[in-house]
Amino acid sequence: MDLRALSFVTVLAVALLGIVGCKTVQPYDYTNFRAHPPRSILVLPPLNESTHVEGTYGYLSTVTSPIAERGYYVFPVQVVDQFLKENGLPTAGEMHQVPLNKVAEITGADAVLFTTLEQYGSKYQLLNSKTVVKVHATLVDTRTGLLLWEGRGVAEQTSSGSSNLLANLIAAAVVQAINSKTDNAHNVSRLANANLFNPKKTGLPFGPYSPEYQKEP
Amino acid sequence: MRRFIGLAVGAVVLSGCVARPTLYTWGSYEEVIYASYATPGKIPPESQLEALEKDYQQARATNKRMPPGWHAHLGYLYYQLGKADQARQELQTEKAEFPESAVLMDRLLANLK
Repeated sequence: MDLRALSFVTVLAVALLGIVGCKTVQPYDYTNFRAHPPRSILVLPPLNESTHVEGTYGYLSTVTSPIAERGYYVFPVQVVDQFLKENGLPTAGEMHQVPLNKVAEITGADAVLFTTLEQYGSKYQLLNSKTVVKVHATLVDTRTGLLLWEGRGVAEQTSSGSSNLLANLIAAAVVQAINSKTDNAHNVSRLANANLFNPKKTGLPFGPYSPEYQKEP
Repeated sequence: MRRFIGLAVGAVVLSGCVARPTLYTWGSYEEVIYASYATPGKIPPESQLEALEKDYQQARATNKRMPPGWHAHLGYLYYQLGKADQARQELQTEKAEFPESAVLMDRLLANLK
């Protein structure tokens, strides 16, 4: 490699660094969060505004690991769901209406994460299929009712076919058949969660079980 | 020059994504939950327990913790099978591992009696 090629690589690397590192983002105001830092988070099944009913549990079953890996105690989502159902709250909508002090009394949770699926599911077009998950989340302190944090996570996945029209038609049909069984949006939910919880200045801060706890500026 | 390039590329890699080791062994915990909701009644609690117990053996071999809620979930599956003693034991393990769960675990334990 001659010197010119080397410097080209350098410029490219630095430019990449700029793109990856220095995107300016309006940081979230963590004043309430810092005043009432939770140890434990109760996640309720999401409100589902999408037309895909399977979204409720397709999403709920992806939300424990990202929050626990950030260092919080996360209550067992299915146990909580069943417990609430057995106690007269059959739907997510009704669960979201339970008074916060009641939640604290029953579960001992420091905070409740309310989520809403604004979009969930796959759309099949002629040449490809597009899966979108868009989730809005609010974390609320059970003792004061204060909003501790909120965020929105979006993820999209497009599976595109080849350049041959007939092959594309077949491919779209196959993709549809596969996706209708496995619900690709369930997998895309994990990406949406990463975009929701993990960003440095707008995400959920690290909790007590994380080695990064309170090391953030 | 060469060193600088190495540094720049290294910085790009670092600022991208560094794979941190996870805090817990997740195994099939969330996928078992997903499957039981997606195909209600199709996957008997016995098979769910079997999958989770396998994860547990693996976690013990690598000295990793099970995630929050995991033992309570196991207790819930044992309860469905009518195995109250094992259910009780798992709920108590959850409480011992994660004191944050105490209020809910005590409530569930009281319901078992």
